[in-house]
Amino acid sequence: MRTTALEVEGVRKVFVRKDRTGKRRLLRRSKKQEVAALRKIDLTVARGEVFGVLGPNGSGKSTLIRLVSTLLLPDSGSLRVFGHDVEHDPFAVKRMINRVSVDAAFFKKFSPIENLMYAARLYGLEATEARQRMRTIMKRLGLKEETFNSPMEHMSRGMQQKVAVARGFLTAPILLLLDEPTTGLDPHSKRDVQAFVREIRQTHDATVLLTTHDMDEADRLCDRIAIIDEGRIIALDTPAGLKTLVSAKNGDETTMEDVFLALTGRTFEEAEAKEEVPA
Amino acid sequence: MSAFVREMRGAYAFVERNVNLIKRYWGWEVVWLIYSLTNALAITYIGNGMGAISGQEIDTQYIVTYLLVGALIWQYLSVIFYAISEMIAWERWEGTIEYTFMAPVSRPTHLVGTTLFAIGYGIVRTLVILGIVVAFFRLNLGGANLIGAVLMLLAGSVSFVGLGILAAVLPLLYPERGAQMTNAVAAILLLISGVYYPIETLPAWLQRIAAASPATYVIKGMRACLLEGEETVTLLPTVGALIGIGVAIIAAGLIVFRYVEAYAKRSGRLKRSG
Repeated sequence: MRTTALEVEGVRKVFVRKDRTGKRRLLRRSKKQEVAALRKIDLTVARGEVFGVLGPNGSGKSTLIRLVSTLLLPDSGSLRVFGHDVEHDPFAVKRMINRVSVDAAFFKKFSPIENLMYAARLYGLEATEARQRMRTIMKRLGLKEETFNSPMEHMSRGMQQKVAVARGFLTAPILLLLDEPTTGLDPHSKRDVQAFVREIRQTHDATVLLTTHDMDEADRLCDRIAIIDEGRIIALDTPAGLKTLVSAKNGDETTMEDVFLALTGRTFEEAEAKEEVPA
Repeated sequence: MSAFVREMRGAYAFVERNVNLIKRYWGWEVVWLIYSLTNALAITYIGNGMGAISGQEIDTQYIVTYLLVGALIWQYLSVIFYAISEMIAWERWEGTIEYTFMAPVSRPTHLVGTTLFAIGYGIVRTLVILGIVVAFFRLNLGGANLIGAVLMLLAGSVSFVGLGILAAVLPLLYPERGAQMTNAVAAILLLISGVYYPIETLPAWLQRIAAASPATYVIKGMRACLLEGEETVTLLPTVGALIGIGVAIIAAGLIVFRYVEAYAKRSGRLKRSG
């Protein structure tokens, strides 16, 4: 029987936004608007699985990742990482996870080595070992050695994202959270990152939760995919299983785009035109 | 690996990060040092010019030392306050706050690392300013009790660590303007704590508030040591009280921080960078 890496049960998350568009008057409270980011999400990810969460911007993907990362607390429901409750046992969870997000957030004037050393020390790694490991990972990702000690602000977006991937994997997490790790990357950098994710999966005992709005990426990398829209999971199956839900058009091979259109009645572009939720 | 070693490595991460920030933003450090130095000089020159301003014969030497002690102690205490209160603000500015908060480092460890850096940085910076300022004024500290002064300063540092933690919650609560709000806290402490004048010159209601500021006792005690040469033994009750107040403020700061961090996680405030 396979171990369960992640269990999400009945998770809801609502954000409250203040309406700042109307006239502001003294002593009058600004209007508050509730935005439901996740509406009762249930899913289970098995150990060693690459599990994709596919959905347009604002569908709740990043909220789900932040909840697993202990950066948000659910309004109701529970999340467990290898049996540890994210809300009540966050330190045990933090030691098992790491995350790569769409925005490669770093101290921009620091070099990759300085940024990665900061992360390594936060996770309690020994400095010499960490330095060796970070160099190996960055080289594997195609970063040139002469960039290791240059300020991050001089690096391209693709290079910065590769350093972010290196930071995510430096601590050898057993649950790696990849939140749109290839969004905005050039095709070459995208391929490098995707190849690295496949390699991690093959050579290490890591489980990957990957959110993306790149349908081909989800199709190629994931064992199973949950399609999420407006905070709800509308389908969950293997890529092949999802494609069987939809009949092929004009004899062409069914794509994830066809699946999304059939399930929501909207194209991905139409869905993404909606406003994004706060997290 | 023992939990202690892991926590110490976590604490050192903040020391090393802050040292790297100084190296990378050295231009800003120079600007701030010039600002602090000219500020200390300008205030001390007020004492030097008292005779000329009033047209009376005044012991300006005493006033100069009085003001200089206030300026230097405030310089040190405010550095500690800002270094700790900015522990969140820096992460907001750089956008790294989520990565630091999802790391397996406890908030007390975060605080220990930040405090070690803040005290070291505060001492170095204050000594540099002192070294330059003594070239401008003739200081007579012949009868000063320097050991008592150091003891008093260290005891006062504990309270300012606690005040820094309390102020650090502002950038958590208010992503856009929280960092600027900490300036208001520092300004109020400067006004009420008798940094440049005896608190007796304040209105009665402000004097009552001044009695609640730990800086009031630190500065009064420091002046007693440096200007009057008061003995260490007589200072011990004040030192003990300052440490007690400091520990209480740190404990309160950690409780408030924990509550505000949970609120920020519930309301999604960690994400936005100001």
